[in-house]
Amino acid sequence: MATLTVPGTPTFRDAQIDMAHGAGGKASRRLVEGLIVPHLMPKAIGETLNDAAYLSAGGTGLALTTDSFVVRPLRFPGGSIGDLAVNGTVNDLAVAGAAPLALLCSLIIEAGMPTEILKAEVAAMGAAAERAGVRIVGGDTKVVEHGKADGLYIATTGIGHVDSRATLSARSVRPGDRILVTGCIGDHGITVLLARGDIDLAASLKSDTRSVYPFANALIEDVGPDLRWMRDPTRGGVATTLNELARDCELGIILEEEAVPVRDEVRGACELLGLDPLHIANEGQLVAIVSADASEKALAALRRVPGGESAAIVGRLEPSPRRTVIAVASYGGTRVVDMLVGDPLPRIC
Amino acid sequence: MKFVDEFRDPRLIKQASDEIRRLVDPSRHYRIMEVCGGHTHAIYRFALADLLPPNIELVHGPGCPVCVLPMGRIDEGLSLVERHQVIFTTFGDVMRVPGRHGSPLEHQARGAQIRMVYSPLDALKLAQEHPDRQVVFFAIGFETTAPSTALTVRRARELGISNFSVFSNHVTIVPAIRAILDSPDMRLDAFIGPGHVSTVIGARPYGFIAQDYRKPVVIAGFEPVDLLQSIVMILRQLRDGRSVVENQYNRTVPWDGNLPALRALADVFELRPYFEWRGLGFISQSALKLRPEYAMWDAEARFEVPGIAVTDPKAAQCGEVLKGVLKPHQCKLFARECTPELPVGALMVSSEGACAAYFNYVHRRAGAAAS
Repeated sequence: MATLTVPGTPTFRDAQIDMAHGAGGKASRRLVEGLIVPHLMPKAIGETLNDAAYLSAGGTGLALTTDSFVVRPLRFPGGSIGDLAVNGTVNDLAVAGAAPLALLCSLIIEAGMPTEILKAEVAAMGAAAERAGVRIVGGDTKVVEHGKADGLYIATTGIGHVDSRATLSARSVRPGDRILVTGCIGDHGITVLLARGDIDLAASLKSDTRSVYPFANALIEDVGPDLRWMRDPTRGGVATTLNELARDCELGIILEEEAVPVRDEVRGACELLGLDPLHIANEGQLVAIVSADASEKALAALRRVPGGESAAIVGRLEPSPRRTVIAVASYGGTRVVDMLVGDPLPRIC
Repeated sequence: MKFVDEFRDPRLIKQASDEIRRLVDPSRHYRIMEVCGGHTHAIYRFALADLLPPNIELVHGPGCPVCVLPMGRIDEGLSLVERHQVIFTTFGDVMRVPGRHGSPLEHQARGAQIRMVYSPLDALKLAQEHPDRQVVFFAIGFETTAPSTALTVRRARELGISNFSVFSNHVTIVPAIRAILDSPDMRLDAFIGPGHVSTVIGARPYGFIAQDYRKPVVIAGFEPVDLLQSIVMILRQLRDGRSVVENQYNRTVPWDGNLPALRALADVFELRPYFEWRGLGFISQSALKLRPEYAMWDAEARFEVPGIAVTDPKAAQCGEVLKGVLKPHQCKLFARECTPELPVGALMVSSEGACAAYFNYVHRRAGAAAS
């Protein structure tokens, strides 16, 4: 029991790397904090890891981040790997309180890839960068043998200008603060799951991939220091993001289950497959923590951004139960919402 | 009607839980077994125990297909990949179940040809796409999933597909319930009957529980209102000294079951003389194998299966938990050596397993409250 509730640095004892280590949940955390950080960033052991690193150059605050993109299929309703590669890195900068300035991109291409497909993805990256208002200023290309990559892997690195009005830290989160989300959750993960074609379900869903910078900027503009913390809940979903926050701020999180916006199609697919929408990946949402007093103003700011119409206040911070996320149903039943263990696997039997 | 929201209606939930409080005899302790793992999951997920008086004890039953599967079966299935280079397909439920040398997911990460499928028909499609490879579907589940396996085998025969076969671990629910009723350490007052299985077999097969063992049975759905209403129905029977089979889940469960599905089962499968269940031991006539006329699509007939017997780790008390003798947290390994991340037994793997449900929804809450 002690290992569950005492925060600290996990040690990495697994004999090999499994898919779960890349799924964004507990296993990923163990790998990063137990193996990678101790070797590469020994000074950061036990510290809170952010979506971006903060640097200072000539008195200017900069944020630096990198991300790599592996997705099957390459294209899915609402987007493609090219969109994800731009938006994902832009979003990591945005939630760090930075205005995205420029991106570098690396393409790892499998020999045999039709030029048409590559062209479409590069074009998607260009269009996504233009929409997000960020320049792609350089990159690298590698080609690997046929069968060595799922067609195309993309890695992007982004640099952004930190907004001095943003004071974001899990440590600044207080009991009573409110939790906001920018829109319906789970669209991306369920869209990709269905687009793989392994599951014979059809739904009129599309990925939510987009830049969340307009949302982050609206919050910084309108509530400034009352904005405590932001994340984009990608792999592992809102549940994993909030569990990380609960751990870092050492408070309890109470989610109002009915207040969380989820499309009927996503809820239906999740009910059928035994998945929890809170565990499903998003690629264009923001989770923000805002003081109680400023929460309505923050909600109004999010709803004014095009595409933010279904933003909602979904919960609050409490002194206890510490380091735990609890979902409350309308009839009063409560459940613990854990981080995801491994990939979400559909239940059938 | 969305068939979900209505059954999570706070007003109806309150009504049912008030009715339960009115019906209970405070001088009496009630032990009610929910047979089905889906019910176990729902009871924890919706925190229904919070809504029940303390003298109603819900006992978790054996109705979680991956939980009752002995580890040796996973090893036998995986041995086909190593020895015969087959493509191994199975449901997501099985992917994380530990075998002696790791779960199917871990084998997959090491490069083994293992694919998760949503339907056995997807496995058949894979066989059509890879005519040069043998594709084995590792079939699992009670009568809930067995008809889809049966129909897939029939489809394979119709299409003349010879590189597809089924490794059947299908089990039947009634012998398991009988084994529990005959177990000497079992004191139960009533049963919440399984929901999904009953959509196929109907309500009739549970008659012996009410007639021979004099225990009420109420077949229930999976939402909070369903489960609470089924407990109301059970308490009314106990109050009146009756024991009959009742069907709370009648929006889905027909009294006589799904006849086309039952016919497909009878056509493709026959009962094995006996089959080993984790925790319950060998139970006669409790599992399904393909009939000899379908031997061509029976992986156990086509390939040499080594017959691996693997005993569960000694310290693990999966069997006692499966029979409802121990609560998950009373097992010596619970939350210490055995967690959802590093499971020792399958009950900690499946979302329907009593240990995983208890760990995720109860244990963590208790741990958080104590910190």
